[in-house]
Amino acid sequence: MTALLEARGISKFFPSRDGKGVVRAVNDVSLSLATGETLGIVGESGCGKSTLARMLMRLIEPSEGQVLFEDEDLVSLPKSAMRQRRRDIQIVFQDPYASLDPRMTIAQIIAEPLDIHGIGAKAERAAKVRELIALVGLDPSAAQRYPHEFSGGQRQRIGIARAIALEPKLVVLDEPVSALDVSIQSQVLNLLDDLKTRLKLSYIFISHDLSVVQHVSDRVAVMYLGRIVEEGPADTVLGAPRHPYTQALISAIPEIDPTKRKAHVLLTGDPPNPENIPQGCPFHPRCPIAQELCRVEIPAFVTSGGSRARCHFAGRA
Amino acid sequence: MSEHALLRVEGLTVGFNTEQGPVRVTEDVSFELKPGHTLGLVGESGCGKSVTAQTIMRLLPSPPSRIDAGRILFEGKDLATASQREMQKIRGDRIGMVFQEPMTSLNPTLRIGEQIAEPLMLHRGMKRAQADEEVIKVLKQVGIGNAERRLLQYPHELSGGLRQRVMIAIAIICKPQLLIADEPTTALDVTIQAQIMELLKTLQKDLGLAVLLITHDLGMVAEMCETIAVMYAGRIVEAGRTVNVFAKPHHPYTYGLLNSSPRRAKKGQRLPSIPGLVPPPDARGGGCSFAARCSNALERCRTETPPLVPQGNDAAACWNPIP
Repeated sequence: MTALLEARGISKFFPSRDGKGVVRAVNDVSLSLATGETLGIVGESGCGKSTLARMLMRLIEPSEGQVLFEDEDLVSLPKSAMRQRRRDIQIVFQDPYASLDPRMTIAQIIAEPLDIHGIGAKAERAAKVRELIALVGLDPSAAQRYPHEFSGGQRQRIGIARAIALEPKLVVLDEPVSALDVSIQSQVLNLLDDLKTRLKLSYIFISHDLSVVQHVSDRVAVMYLGRIVEEGPADTVLGAPRHPYTQALISAIPEIDPTKRKAHVLLTGDPPNPENIPQGCPFHPRCPIAQELCRVEIPAFVTSGGSRARCHFAGRA
Repeated sequence: MSEHALLRVEGLTVGFNTEQGPVRVTEDVSFELKPGHTLGLVGESGCGKSVTAQTIMRLLPSPPSRIDAGRILFEGKDLATASQREMQKIRGDRIGMVFQEPMTSLNPTLRIGEQIAEPLMLHRGMKRAQADEEVIKVLKQVGIGNAERRLLQYPHELSGGLRQRVMIAIAIICKPQLLIADEPTTALDVTIQAQIMELLKTLQKDLGLAVLLITHDLGMVAEMCETIAVMYAGRIVEAGRTVNVFAKPHHPYTYGLLNSSPRRAKKGQRLPSIPGLVPPPDARGGGCSFAARCSNALERCRTETPPLVPQGNDAAACWNPIP
């Protein structure tokens, strides 16, 4: 498989609030996505997953590194060429309430990308909008209505219609179902699955919800404090995790089965502040198996069975 | 039913006055909770679970809210008719409450020591210095290390997980009989969620607390609650022992909810989903509110509201239940 998208050592450093230090929001991340694949990126708040996703489509400029899309480095593209490239890379945001302009009708919202890229004549655009509205499972009457008339799940469908309007190759989904109720979540996940097959899309799926990520992803990358700590095929990473952080994340999810109450691997403390990342392995202060080595040396990736884990003692917990 | 219920809610019906006229948000909600037991009240946004919890505590301003019918019997007293003065004696003393958002539930201008001591000063007439000893004890109990230093901190200096521990400390410091926890872990990261859930389980056991857990997370109910009541559009649609309801749900909504979770689905398969949307409170009409989304619906479901009646090992409000 050829890579559709490849990130090579990308980082994002922000100045800290007091202006004296740096916040390493994303630190030296490399990953690749094959055509037709779904890559899940998981991690807790502040781990850098959204910053990473925005860098992959250059909504945020990386401080370092390259982002290759079909072998072309997006980071060095001039603005106008980048704008052209955006036709191929679209995004769906988490909050269906904040990401739609309340003063635009649904037809205007979905047509906006077509207008911006000057695609088709007016009548063709209108036909395309009708088609998209049907494709995401909304009623044709939606076209002339406004966002406030829709529920969260319906708004997310509108956001998805806008994202696929330009027939992109890659869609970045940033917590697309996190704001939705369970029964609506599954409707939207099924829709995303249908669209992926029908339109031959590739997805980057960002979520803090491991069960959702496991369901949709071919590959999974787990992030902690700006770095990928484990990455590989979804079934391997989430089925047989080798990094103690991934293990703890999985263990933290309550089982939907009262006959299987389990003892959780409890991490002590909170994720540290990204302004002040611990020396050595950034996870060592919370790690149940940390040794002296972990306090001093940042672990490199250890590869095994198609997955890689950044831990001195990967798979030995 | 049992005579030993600590909390018994009977036919609780709560309405709101809105600009468009009165709207019913919960209807005929009944359940009971014995001392030291745990009940999970689950449902999706807008189902009325939080309104129920807040009505038990009488925290909803009236107007616009009203209790249209029903009783809330707590230790033999009907809270539905209690005066605000009586409620003040019960809140924070006999019943503790933990909310979803620890940041907005704490006072940002007061040190946490003062906030945790407040219930003791209010209900036990303690002086601050006396209270501090208890505060340090309770901080340790909720797993906050360095208690003496933490006392002096403000909420913004604490992480979300620590703030929620402070909320729990405030809720239990007077050793209440009942703890109402409204989405206590929803705003927290997964690893912190697991910590708070473990803490609640430990406290429940150690203090013999009865816990009413309000949540949308079925996993949390599976793990913490002996009994469950599922709410949909303002009514309880299914109730019973958690093991029974999870093993064999009788109401099609409970079934759909349990099965639409990706945690239960096979990878790559389509997720079973419930079509349609939850009707808003002003569009619930006659009959069963779930009928429009239900694949089992009969003609009768659209006109007659089903009562909550025994069904197999639990109880369901459905004219055509899953056997």
